Amino acid sequence: MSILKKKTAPQKERKSGDVTMSSSEALKKVLAFIGGYRFLLLASILLAGLTVVLQLYVPILFGDAIDSITGKGQVDFSAVQIRLAKIFGMIIICAGGTFVMNMINNRMAYKIVQDIRAKAIRHIQVLPLSYLDAHSTGDIVGRIIADVDQISDGLLLGFTQLFSGIITIVVTLVFMFSKSVLITLLVLVLTPVSFLVARFISTRSFKMFRKMTDARGRQTALIEEMVGNEKVVKAFGYEDKASARFAVINKELQDYSQKAVFFSSITNPSTRAVNSVIYAVVALSGAFLILRGRLSVGGLSVLLSYANQYMKPFNDISSVITELQNALACAARVFTLIEEKPQSKDPAAQLPPAKGEVVITDVAFSYDKSRPLISRFNLHTRPGMKVAIVGPTGCGKTTFINLLMRFYDVDGGNISIDGHGIYDYSRQSLRRNYGMVLQDTWLMNGTVRENIAFGKPDASEEEIVAAAKEAHSWEFIRRMPEGLDTVINDDSLSQGQKQLLCITRVMLCLPPMLILDEATSSIDTRTEIQIQQAFDNLMVGRTSFIVAHRLSTIRSADVILVMKDGKIIEQGNHEELMRRNGFYTNLYNSQFAKV
Amino acid sequence: MKKLSVYLEGYRRQSVLAPLFKLLEALMDLFVPIVVANMIDIGIRGNVKAVITKDFLLMIALAAAGLLFSITAQYFAASASVGFASNLRQALFDHVQSLSYKELDTLGTNTLITRMTSDVQQVQNGLNLALRLLLRSPFIVFGSMIMAFTIDVRCALIFVVAIPVLSVVVFGIMLVSIPLFRKVQAALDKVLGLTRENLTGVRVIRAFCKEDKEVEKFDEANDALTKINLFVGRISAFMNPATYFLINLATIFLIREGAVRVNMGGIQQGQVVALYNYMAQMIIELIKLASLIISINKALACADRIGNILEVKPGMDYPQGGSVLSADGKTAVEAAAEDPQKGSAEAPAVEFRDVTFTYEGSGAPALEGITFTVRKGQTVGIIGGTGSGKTTLVNLIPRFYDVSEGAVLVDGKDVRSFREGELTGKIGVVPQKAVLFEGTIRDNMRFGNPDASDEEIWKALETAQAKEVVEGKEGQLDAPVEQNGRNFSGGQKQRLTIARAIVRQPEILIMDDSASALDFATDARLRQAVRNLEGSMTVFLVSQRTSSIRNADLILVLDDGAAVGQGTHDELMRSCETYREIYYSQFPEERPENKAKAAGNTAGKEALA
Repeated sequence: MSILKKKTAPQKERKSGDVTMSSSEALKKVLAFIGGYRFLLLASILLAGLTVVLQLYVPILFGDAIDSITGKGQVDFSAVQIRLAKIFGMIIICAGGTFVMNMINNRMAYKIVQDIRAKAIRHIQVLPLSYLDAHSTGDIVGRIIADVDQISDGLLLGFTQLFSGIITIVVTLVFMFSKSVLITLLVLVLTPVSFLVARFISTRSFKMFRKMTDARGRQTALIEEMVGNEKVVKAFGYEDKASARFAVINKELQDYSQKAVFFSSITNPSTRAVNSVIYAVVALSGAFLILRGRLSVGGLSVLLSYANQYMKPFNDISSVITELQNALACAARVFTLIEEKPQSKDPAAQLPPAKGEVVITDVAFSYDKSRPLISRFNLHTRPGMKVAIVGPTGCGKTTFINLLMRFYDVDGGNISIDGHGIYDYSRQSLRRNYGMVLQDTWLMNGTVRENIAFGKPDASEEEIVAAAKEAHSWEFIRRMPEGLDTVINDDSLSQGQKQLLCITRVMLCLPPMLILDEATSSIDTRTEIQIQQAFDNLMVGRTSFIVAHRLSTIRSADVILVMKDGKIIEQGNHEELMRRNGFYTNLYNSQFAKV
Repeated sequence: MKKLSVYLEGYRRQSVLAPLFKLLEALMDLFVPIVVANMIDIGIRGNVKAVITKDFLLMIALAAAGLLFSITAQYFAASASVGFASNLRQALFDHVQSLSYKELDTLGTNTLITRMTSDVQQVQNGLNLALRLLLRSPFIVFGSMIMAFTIDVRCALIFVVAIPVLSVVVFGIMLVSIPLFRKVQAALDKVLGLTRENLTGVRVIRAFCKEDKEVEKFDEANDALTKINLFVGRISAFMNPATYFLINLATIFLIREGAVRVNMGGIQQGQVVALYNYMAQMIIELIKLASLIISINKALACADRIGNILEVKPGMDYPQGGSVLSADGKTAVEAAAEDPQKGSAEAPAVEFRDVTFTYEGSGAPALEGITFTVRKGQTVGIIGGTGSGKTTLVNLIPRFYDVSEGAVLVDGKDVRSFREGELTGKIGVVPQKAVLFEGTIRDNMRFGNPDASDEEIWKALETAQAKEVVEGKEGQLDAPVEQNGRNFSGGQKQRLTIARAIVRQPEILIMDDSASALDFATDARLRQAVRNLEGSMTVFLVSQRTSSIRNADLILVLDDGAAVGQGTHDELMRSCETYREIYYSQFPEERPENKAKAAGNTAGKEALA
């Protein structure tokens, strides 16, 4: 995102490789979260057991009823009537029980998701910036949104599905054995065949799937590159070439996809065919058992309907187990984030509003501890001083600001404000003393008004307008469709306009000290001069730190720090530094180089 | 989806055969209960073992035939749906290549990428499902009913009542919950947006001490999401038990009716079992159908969005190869092609005649009444504040956009009279955003000129001050460029994109603020090198820095879309207030009132130098 982030590139390699939590650990953590809902969980499990047993018992009753319908004039109506009445009662209980169980499961799943997310967002507020800078936003958002959803889908619902699957298998077996031991054993022996078939096919199709995913990845990359930069493609007349390149990979993807889709889609018919064979075998052996008087027709119909359903819980369980494994991996990612070590504890003491004497003593700091960046950094500013920091890219300018704001803590040395060491006071009370405008123009989704009043939500209309006028943003705000109440998003403003809003945001707060990090880099020089005047007014009596690329904006600073490789190599005001004819003079003159 | 059916080209046979074979498979399924009934009523009742064995073999045969039909169907479905998706994706990609900047602006590249990737995938899945199951499920539902009729009319009437009642419940719940799912998605997006905001804005949030406020906002959205989820959950929690209850209720009626019919001698016991099995088969398919319709609905929505993109007409007309002009009803293009001032060697390289341009959907024009002429080999500097129309102006030269009024001429010919690709072939553009593509440096350099030799590439790199960048990389021209050129710094990327444009050996070179990340000295060397190139390249330099353009032959000063000044640096310093202001804002010591003060300073500097 910003320059701030680029500096930490070496740490980025850690990325998501930091998830070392084992799945059993993750499971424990999830169980701890479920703990608060243990009564709901218990109720859900009991209901699952009850409904499964009832659901499986109903076919037996139907079978008994059918047994009472043997032939013309031989129907035992009262027996049929009793069975059907029983069934009616059971299906009412069963339907009601399922409904209640579904409701409980929903409540549990969604509440736990809510709890985990609430905890995650709170944790983000206290995570050290070093962690957030080193992890991509997409990765963290993925954990809080997609992974948490996966936990609820896979883990919570997986539990109940796993449980009812197991009950189904056990109860089915009991009922089947009660009808016919022989046929049940037959089913038990034949069932694994369908698993073997499924496994056989899936190992074959897996290779194709990998090739397909790989080809799709390459195609997506090409699409993102070409279509994402379509204007460049068109400017260079590359359209036909792009189409041709796309056609090649598209054809490749088609070949792999056709095979992968076909292979994977024969799993179902194949297992179904195996099931049909089992069904036929049950019918055949059942028929012979009936002839020997060891089974009734109703019993056969029960066995047949069980044989039809018997595979289902197995399939369910095997898919639930994959889901569970997946969900546990997600849980590990989520809990690694939630349990990441937070920043050091905040002292309770509040730093009073500063007069602005900032003293930096012997500060040492580096992002990557093996590569020292800043060492022996010393600076003493009097209240109201205007300090400018210049130097080539990567010299440590932005790092300096990270340390002032306590986004990062120093490795050695100390920083004090008005004689108070900043590490003895709460971060918030320190930060309230600074107004900050960064090159990275972050605005939230919301109205212009909400964004300007971000640091002072109770600001009046007049105050907001006055600040906007001072920051020269009023001109464009006024012309927006709904003025201050226009909802803005990332694309609706130019970079320069965003920067103006960020400046307005600070203008409204009037904190005792200012930090401007390339605050006007995207604003044209004419407007910049006008804002500069506003800043100059604002800076009177306020200690301010300014990082700027354009040297013209810092000429009036009381002291200019010229930084190189994490050290201050020159220090003084513009005239002094120009007289020295050193690094600064070179830097300054390079902008007047003439051709 | 109808509009898209042309992309089934080459797969029509498969897309008919797939559902056909699926129906044959379903037919096999429908026979099974009857065979079982036969086994019970004739085989068992009559104690005919031969019938039982025959029926068993029949069932195995049905299973085998079902497997065969089904696999054939899956094969055709896979090849048709994937083939269709591939055709569609290629068509989309090719279509995007034909769009002009105007349509790209309106559609947005992110949208286009989503259409081409996930939307096409959804359509493929939807089509595959539809081919396999859309006919099969209703076939089994009604097939079960018809089979029931062949057994017993009175019992079959229960099916006639049960099917519509169940359909109403299943599809009713579905219809109610589909729009609600959209609400859930919106609530989730809100939570997602806030999470992202908390991460991207972490510095600002902490700087303004707004952590608690952000948590509060998040909690609100999080709570809203849970509420809507629970609400929708209640509806879907109802569906399973409701269908379960109804199907068993229907079965109760069925058995009762069956008992009466058996007692009367209308049917036999085995046939009751068969009816019972048909009922079970029917409900399974009905529920499958409901979830199928949800997926197909999603796919149709995606197909619709894709169709909308394909319907967007490329906004630019190009004269056809032979350029035969029709006598009547001349369009702007044709009229322009007839411009009396045909292209000639003496014609100015670029000419703007009273050009006004308004972006699509914008109220105010971005450029208004721009007129200027540039001779071949001249360097033109364009300067102005943020949003003054600099980029817009240079984008009109390669005809990335069509003017709203007036005309842009290149080599004395209206840009609208050039054939497609002819104009861009003359022009090298270095866009503001430095974009490199995955591949090697050489691939990138040849992007606009596939035939460039290594020697030519090195020469261009040297001109663009990028030679050292390439020399610093292992493998030189073969050094890999990662996606978006992320293994190069901003300044390196800018220099490479400049080189890429120069490799084309364009007649006109446009550099749109493309040296902003370079330090002043490199920028100066770059401009010197471009100037020294042989041939008479016309150069357009867009910049915010007066130092970059002060030596240009012609400087255009833009302010809010209007040209407030044009001329050389010295002329503009005399005549143009805006230019003077910009200049002094960058060189404050040159300001007359500061000059005296700075004089001492400069004198000192010169003395030292």
